[in-house]
Amino acid sequence: MAYTKRNDGRKFDETRPIEAKAGVIKRADGSAYFKIGKTAAYVAVYGPREIHPKFLQNPRNGKLRCYYNMMPFSSMGNRVRPGANRRAKEIAMVTEKALLPVVDLTEFPNSVVDVFIELPQTDAGTRCAGICAASIALADAGIPMKGMVAAVSMGRVDDKLVVDLDYSEESYEKGTVADIPIAIVSNTQEISLLQMDGELSRDELKQAIEIVKKACSKIDKIQRNALKERYEVKNE
Amino acid sequence: MNKEQNNHIFNFLEKGIRFDGRKLDEYRKIKIEKGFSENAEGSARVTLGDTIVFAGVKLSVEQPYSDTPDKGTMMINAELMPLSNPDFEPGPPAIQAIELARVIDRGIRESGAIDTKKLCIKKEEKVWSVLIDICTVNDDGNLFDASALAVVAALQNTKMPYYDGNIIDYKKKTKDALPLNLKKMPTSCTVIKIGNHFIVDPTYEEEKNVEARLTVEVEEDGTLCALQKGGDKSLTAEDIDKMVGIGIEKSKELRKFL
Repeated sequence: MAYTKRNDGRKFDETRPIEAKAGVIKRADGSAYFKIGKTAAYVAVYGPREIHPKFLQNPRNGKLRCYYNMMPFSSMGNRVRPGANRRAKEIAMVTEKALLPVVDLTEFPNSVVDVFIELPQTDAGTRCAGICAASIALADAGIPMKGMVAAVSMGRVDDKLVVDLDYSEESYEKGTVADIPIAIVSNTQEISLLQMDGELSRDELKQAIEIVKKACSKIDKIQRNALKERYEVKNE
Repeated sequence: MNKEQNNHIFNFLEKGIRFDGRKLDEYRKIKIEKGFSENAEGSARVTLGDTIVFAGVKLSVEQPYSDTPDKGTMMINAELMPLSNPDFEPGPPAIQAIELARVIDRGIRESGAIDTKKLCIKKEEKVWSVLIDICTVNDDGNLFDASALAVVAALQNTKMPYYDGNIIDYKKKTKDALPLNLKKMPTSCTVIKIGNHFIVDPTYEEEKNVEARLTVEVEEDGTLCALQKGGDKSLTAEDIDKMVGIGIEKSKELRKFL
């Protein structure tokens, strides 16, 4: 049996519809909203600000600190218990690593830039949506950056490589599934997030990365547009 | 409290105006959008000026409490999200979050806004449990009133999932709404005292300069269903009567948004 047609009718290399907006949370120094299909992420950036506890201070560099949280009502089925579980902590860590290559905090020694990712509604691909929104929010906060980071989850559903799995594909039962979230740094085209669960051949991984690069360049444009919309001076 | 800022606000109030040009008893613009989260059984997003609050409802089937064997259960939790205010920190709920959740809980519970008897599936064995979560997204003051509106709107937006007596199928939402007593639905009006002035719907800046506050939750017929006094200073009986009066008056305006 082969996966010949996607559940929602998309092409295999097509992402779900994307919406992005910068500057959605007024109290924050920078913020963004990123929606891909039915997965939505709000991100607020606070800082550079004083870091607590003080022993975390680094006199050579500022620290980037990420938090990832699903709102209690955001998932299908049971309520998600509030508070960081092991999964949330791991995702926060890989998100930090995904963003670090573009963020330059050498000008802000002893301080921290906090990135809060909140998901009010989820349908797979939440860490990637969080990273996309965080990249916009960091730029919105005026943090020195060498580029943007875009991320999307690649997948293998049965025999097909597909971009941007939704939950129905992630839980496909008629064949095996591999889920491969990948983040691409815009200026170098290097990879700053790579995880995989499932089974995959070496060749498939190579192909997957090439496909993701294309999808991420589209996402990169959407991210830049969101920032332009907020900051471009319109000539009357 | 910042003394200079407090003086500044007070001098403005003496002239009958506020920093953002509102009258003392004027709310900011209110907007309610229902159903933003498809996975929740009910949800609502409330914007009150620049304050943004989300509320979501999840339903599950549980055993009833032994003292109310024929009634469904309800829980309200509030998360003061660190993304909504630079002073909020990640971690277990701070006392402000606990107070917020408990005050909103009292309003809904004591008014009988949810018809918990109709949430009984089988006496002493199975009842619906209503789990309500409040999440703050941008805190520009008056989280109490914004959260109360969000919770009521989310309850009104709630549809029961399909239940075959054994397993809940969350993907199949039925057309059945949550059993509610609309007339009992509370609105919340928080009245702030600064000097000898009373104002409603404080911004974050005003809230920091509060001497005393009183949250007044009111049913449709004007019956009070929850009260909470806050702030460091005390109030006279006359103050409280005035503040309750303002609360009841303003609740008529707020009710139009339900």
